Amino acid sequence: MQHDDVIWDIIGNKQFCSYKVKTKTQSFCRNEYNITGLCNRSSCPLANSQYATIREEKGQCFLYMKVIERAAFPARMWEKVKLSKNYEKALEQIDENLIYWPRFIRHKCKQRFTKITQYLIRIRKLTLKRQRKLVPLSRKVEKREKRKEEKALIAAQLDNAIEKELLERLKQGTYGDIYNFPIHAFDKALEKQDEETESEEEDEEEGDDEDVGQKEFVAEDEIEESDLSDFEDMDNLKGSSDENDEDEEENDDDEEENYYNESSEEEMDTEAKTKISSKGKAPLKGPYRKKRAYVEIEYEQETEPASKNKAT
Amino acid sequence: MHTRERRAHHNTSMDKTDLPEENMDFEEESEQRTVKKKKDKGKKSTKVKKSQVPVVKKDEIESRSVDTEPGTSFPPTFSVSEIKNKQRRHVMFMRLKQEKRKQRLEIRKKRKKEREALGDKAPPKEVPKTIENQRIYDETTVDPQDEEVAFDEGTDEFSAYFNRLTNPKVLITTSDRPKTRTIKFCDQLATVIPDAHVYYRRGLALKRIIPQCVSRGFTYLLVINEDRKVPNGMVLCHLPDGPTAHFKISNVRLRKEMKRRGKEPTEHSPEVILNNFTTRLGHSIGRLFAALYPHDPHFVGRQVATFHNQRDFIFFRFHRYIFKNEKKVGIQELGPRFTLKLRSLQKGTFDSKFGEYEWVHKRHEMDTSRRKFHL
Repeated sequence: MQHDDVIWDIIGNKQFCSYKVKTKTQSFCRNEYNITGLCNRSSCPLANSQYATIREEKGQCFLYMKVIERAAFPARMWEKVKLSKNYEKALEQIDENLIYWPRFIRHKCKQRFTKITQYLIRIRKLTLKRQRKLVPLSRKVEKREKRKEEKALIAAQLDNAIEKELLERLKQGTYGDIYNFPIHAFDKALEKQDEETESEEEDEEEGDDEDVGQKEFVAEDEIEESDLSDFEDMDNLKGSSDENDEDEEENDDDEEENYYNESSEEEMDTEAKTKISSKGKAPLKGPYRKKRAYVEIEYEQETEPASKNKAT
Repeated sequence: MHTRERRAHHNTSMDKTDLPEENMDFEEESEQRTVKKKKDKGKKSTKVKKSQVPVVKKDEIESRSVDTEPGTSFPPTFSVSEIKNKQRRHVMFMRLKQEKRKQRLEIRKKRKKEREALGDKAPPKEVPKTIENQRIYDETTVDPQDEEVAFDEGTDEFSAYFNRLTNPKVLITTSDRPKTRTIKFCDQLATVIPDAHVYYRRGLALKRIIPQCVSRGFTYLLVINEDRKVPNGMVLCHLPDGPTAHFKISNVRLRKEMKRRGKEPTEHSPEVILNNFTTRLGHSIGRLFAALYPHDPHFVGRQVATFHNQRDFIFFRFHRYIFKNEKKVGIQELGPRFTLKLRSLQKGTFDSKFGEYEWVHKRHEMDTSRRKFHL
């Protein structure tokens, strides 16, 4: 005989029930046949001899009814009724099977059935949409790949490769006439033609040499006046004229040059010159001494009045 | 008595060394050392012992060995792994290493002297082995004069582009709900690729997007996949039935994270550099990248986009260049940079279920050798 009250007395309040999950506000029942999921006197499947639930398996809903006469055989205790896929028909089926059962259980079964059908519909909808596929990453493999990538980056020497490629394209003439580098075009002409061009180029080279040998004085007067005031810059007189020429040339190009990674010999030369000239402050060489202005320096000396000493 | 027996036992296990007496001294000291270490007093004493030990050993060896070298000489059947005691093993190993280093140095000096002595007649310097040197030869490496390859490339999906029939038009999008980093990356990509449009995904299926793109005249679909707030994958789909390539993106650097960068990329079409795409697969990927860009680059813009393949990693860089003179060029990095690794190449447009895969990266088969690369 099943004494429901006795069972409930024991498991519900005083002693232990293994299906009970207690939280601060409420207790839940983990029993799979529980209809509401809460731990109540009326929802406990163990403490009610007349009990029914709805459960679903693989999208199919079943009505489970407890046959208390078989309480001694728990495996055969629950009777299963397959419900139709049509919602209304299934509700009728529930009514039909639980015809003389208490109102509470009938109501709760229908509620549960409604909820289940709703979530089944949702599942079907979601599977039609795009599903995100999660691909597991292996930590070892990721680390390995990262390392390989770093090594490959070092081996690639990207900047050099790009520069080489660009220069090759320039040589091959893909850029056409945009860049006029006279000596380069000169070399090209060399490659194309034969001995006649060699003699011609000799003449032209000598022409270049002539220009290099001659000294040209370009805008030096302005610079010298400003330098007169700074004794330190006396050394820079000869050097500065060359520097200024080159600076003017460089300023013609883009200002972005400051950022370019390149080892231009011209810049190194100017840097070297500035370094050398800035270091040599003290000893002035003979020819550089020409344009020094004559400055008179007056020295003042203070003599302490004798009266103060006497006082102390 | 007990310790003596133990020592004897040790000796038998150490039969490979030629100097048994010395071993006994060694063991005594090592035992004392280990014992003292256990008692945790022995820091100073162990150090003292250690310094004593090599000295002792050296003296004894010197007295025994015939070599004039000041260092130790190891008998040829000696192997460090046979010593059970960790500290001693370590000491012996260090000594072994020093020996080897010395020998190597001597060989190098000898070789250098020989080279100097011979002068011009010296044999040429040996080239060091690199992974690129040792790369296993891939049968699918393309020979520039190969006619079959030329024919294939003349009639594949890119022929329309390479015959100058179409101009590229790129649609850039992301996976669902992208984060700021991915969005910024897409925007920067759009500046780097001419005629690129960025659209938000909003939960649309790719298979449905593709016919719409085709109808609007897009030639490329580029989908950036995001994971953990960072772009990590790229699907590059050539549109009218073109191949679909799936890459893994790593090391994304946006423009503001780059040091010494220049101003923004302008609207001029950049030039394209494709490096090291040697095999058939590499060739097809290279053409995939080349077809992203319009045919005639604007040389006025002086911009260049580089796809450099090294050991199956494709490095993307975007630079502005300037020719200082005919032998020097300066480059300044502008745009974003990232690296790609090919995961799969599919023949048709994007279809993960029923697509026909031309190449899929299978780790267990393809990553067995460190010298084998596929691109």
